[in-house]
Amino acid sequence: MAFINFIKPKNQLEEGGRTAAPVQEDAGEPEKTCPNCRKAIPLSRLWANHLVCPCGCHFRMNARQRLAMVTDPGSFRELYADLTAGNPLDFPGYGEKLATVRNASGEKEGVICGTAAIDGQKCCLFVMDPYFMMGSMGSVVGEKITRLFEYAVERRLSVVGFTVSGGARMQEGLVSLMQMAKTSAAVKRHSDAGLLYVAVLTDPTTGGVTASFAMEADILLAEPGATIGFAGARVIEQTTRKSLPKGFQTAESVLQHGFLDSIVPRSGQKQMLSELLRLHNGGV
Amino acid sequence: MSQTPYSIVKKARDNTRPTGLDYIHNLFQGFVELHGDRRFGDDAAIVGGIARLEGLPVTVIAIEKGRTAKERSFRNFGAPNPEGYRKALRLMKQAEKFGRPVICFIDTSGACCGVEAEERGQGLAIAENLMEMTTLCVPVISVLIGEGGSGGALALGVADRVWMLENAVYSVISPEGCASILWKDAAKAETAAASLKLTAQDAKDLGVIDEILSEENLGKQPFYQGLRSRLSRTLTELAGDEDLVGSRYARFRRMGAQFLQG
Ligand SMILES: [Zn+2]
Repeated sequence: MAFINFIKPKNQLEEGGRTAAPVQEDAGEPEKTCPNCRKAIPLSRLWANHLVCPCGCHFRMNARQRLAMVTDPGSFRELYADLTAGNPLDFPGYGEKLATVRNASGEKEGVICGTAAIDGQKCCLFVMDPYFMMGSMGSVVGEKITRLFEYAVERRLSVVGFTVSGGARMQEGLVSLMQMAKTSAAVKRHSDAGLLYVAVLTDPTTGGVTASFAMEADILLAEPGATIGFAGARVIEQTTRKSLPKGFQTAESVLQHGFLDSIVPRSGQKQMLSELLRLHNGGV
Repeated sequence: MSQTPYSIVKKARDNTRPTGLDYIHNLFQGFVELHGDRRFGDDAAIVGGIARLEGLPVTVIAIEKGRTAKERSFRNFGAPNPEGYRKALRLMKQAEKFGRPVICFIDTSGACCGVEAEERGQGLAIAENLMEMTTLCVPVISVLIGEGGSGGALALGVADRVWMLENAVYSVISPEGCASILWKDAAKAETAAASLKLTAQDAKDLGVIDEILSEENLGKQPFYQGLRSRLSRTLTELAGDEDLVGSRYARFRRMGAQFLQG
């Protein structure tokens, strides 16, 4: 089949926002203006094409849509789905924020973990969600990723991970920072066990997630045009008071600087991932 | 105690505090500095080498902010570049090869934030340190002596024991940065500092650090003497751990677990 029909996403193709917004019901067919080619594209057409504009621009995608895109139908078995965050610092407004985001996104946290088959290749899979506080890493994201790698060591499975993150979850302070060390420890154990970890970095992958499990994969793939970096571009501009080079922190420039293995558009991801899994699985 | 968290932040940043090099020169004998990451360059924001702690050879790594304007600029204000973290990792691996314990002193507002740092893989450099430190086969002790700014500090902080001076701070983001993101107002730093729980006591309550070090006689010989014997004592204790790497894994594995629901 040439394309997958997506279930209508739970929330709109919202740009940059940290909180998901409800779909605006319109009389005509809703359209979305592409930030790259500036054309208005009917949403139905975007959904039918993995949320990629005909010009090649990759729109933001929620975690369930990605799952549907890369896994074999019916193969995904979710793990640790009920794990939720407390408010470790009693940070003002965090509890309310979590409630709102849970409601709007329909997800309990910023990452979905489980086992799945990709073209028949069994693996552990995690997919982060940009519509859940921009995929920020707090205690739950850290714990779920850690458990998944531990599970993968026990079952001797490869891990495939899709990252999207604004970085650490500020509202969890030091607890959030420590998740960088915790997840790194789990990735290292998985690596030392001789097992494969492939990461697909999507827009944006930044901050504490870049500086931990995102960059720790054996094979680093990225989506075209994805922003990948540690410090945010705006912060760098403000700090250095210099204008940024063209294409700074795009997947294409990160590849050129030697930090990525390959850039893979959505249309080719399933095939690429299954082939990589097969190659590390005795080639069958 | 009339100190607010933000007044502690200011103390942690005070440039009259002892810096990394002060600790190196006062705690150890015969420091031999080792430069460079063997990949790109030598980062002056991180100083490393071999020294003796009461006779015992140890690898020492410190983030150095500098004190005078000239020194501070030379040290990039203690904001390491990727080559600094890679130098630190090289020295840790060397320590592992020769069975030397590693002692780190952390004092940074954060990893260097710049175009070149990004283009040389700042995120990867920190990630690699975190990953490799979790399985280093020799004892590691990290001491936060001033500012512990985010991933740039943690990159030297995956240790068997993490200590903090009583007026040091450890945070995922600066209070100013937090205030400007959440409330679009950097002036709310005071509130942010309180909300972020970044003091030594907070870090201890959260289970992130093991001990708070008193600043009585800070920078004077009795202070260094106390710290020196504490380091020696702790290294002896860690040497007795048959499963050092397993214990370190467990130490970080429980971070945040007490707050989970479901
Ligand atoms: Zn377009």
